[in-house]
Amino acid sequence: MIIFGALALIAIASAVMMIVTRNAVHSALFLVVVMACLAVFFLGLSGPFIAVVQVAVYAGAIMVLFLFVIMLLGAERVGARLERGYQVPLAIIFALAVVILGGYVLLQMQNQPIQVVDLPTNQIATGTPEAIGQTLFSSYLFPFEAVSILLLTAMVGAVVLTRDEKKRSP
Amino acid sequence: MSNAGFVQLFPVMIGLSGILFTLGVIGVLVRRNAIIIFMSVELMLNAANLAFVVFARALNQLDGQIFVFFVMTVAAAEVAVGLALIVTIFRAKQSINVDDIHSLKG
Repeated sequence: MIIFGALALIAIASAVMMIVTRNAVHSALFLVVVMACLAVFFLGLSGPFIAVVQVAVYAGAIMVLFLFVIMLLGAERVGARLERGYQVPLAIIFALAVVILGGYVLLQMQNQPIQVVDLPTNQIATGTPEAIGQTLFSSYLFPFEAVSILLLTAMVGAVVLTRDEKKRSP
Repeated sequence: MSNAGFVQLFPVMIGLSGILFTLGVIGVLVRRNAIIIFMSVELMLNAANLAFVVFARALNQLDGQIFVFFVMTVAAAEVAVGLALIVTIFRAKQSINVDDIHSLKG
């Protein structure tokens, strides 16, 4: 119980630091901390497979890609100067709107709380690789194949976008 | 974790998801560095993932976790294309400050 509370606090603090810090590399590393905290949450929420995928795909692959691009561009401090005047109050207004909307939804939930299914611990559906795979390849086969095509398209798109213009044949 | 513990932690986790999402929105709105904006979008996706897993656990169904899996794959594809775009824009403009990118002409 205390562990998860502390993890929540660490995640929030890291997310704040990610936005506040001026160095893009530090931002990326704080984001890794947030993702690691969420992975532990997933473990506690009976999703071991999702937790491992979170660490491998998000904290591993995606953040390595981010760090690689930051260092490739030498963009650690790009955009660190202060924002233009009129944007800050607008940003605060929109952020407040999101907070108010979210809070409203939370309060509505208190009126009609979600019924947590009451089960003995050994009957809780656990997201083991086996269970996830069973569902993925039966009910969710079509989305799975669609995602594979999406990934292929993204890969080709990334290669085409970053190809050197000069080397293109006329 | 046990059922009693989960019932106790349920509002904490939903609250954490909401707070992380809000922080992502704030990051998108206040930062001008395109890469940081992109990272804030990732933060929002992660917050949504947490909500998915919490509700999957609350309803004792695995479908929420499958959805998280799909969100992660789509996020990976999005990051690949988005970072390629940022690299291309940086080559053309020597800047990834979103305030400097205001013309369609490369």
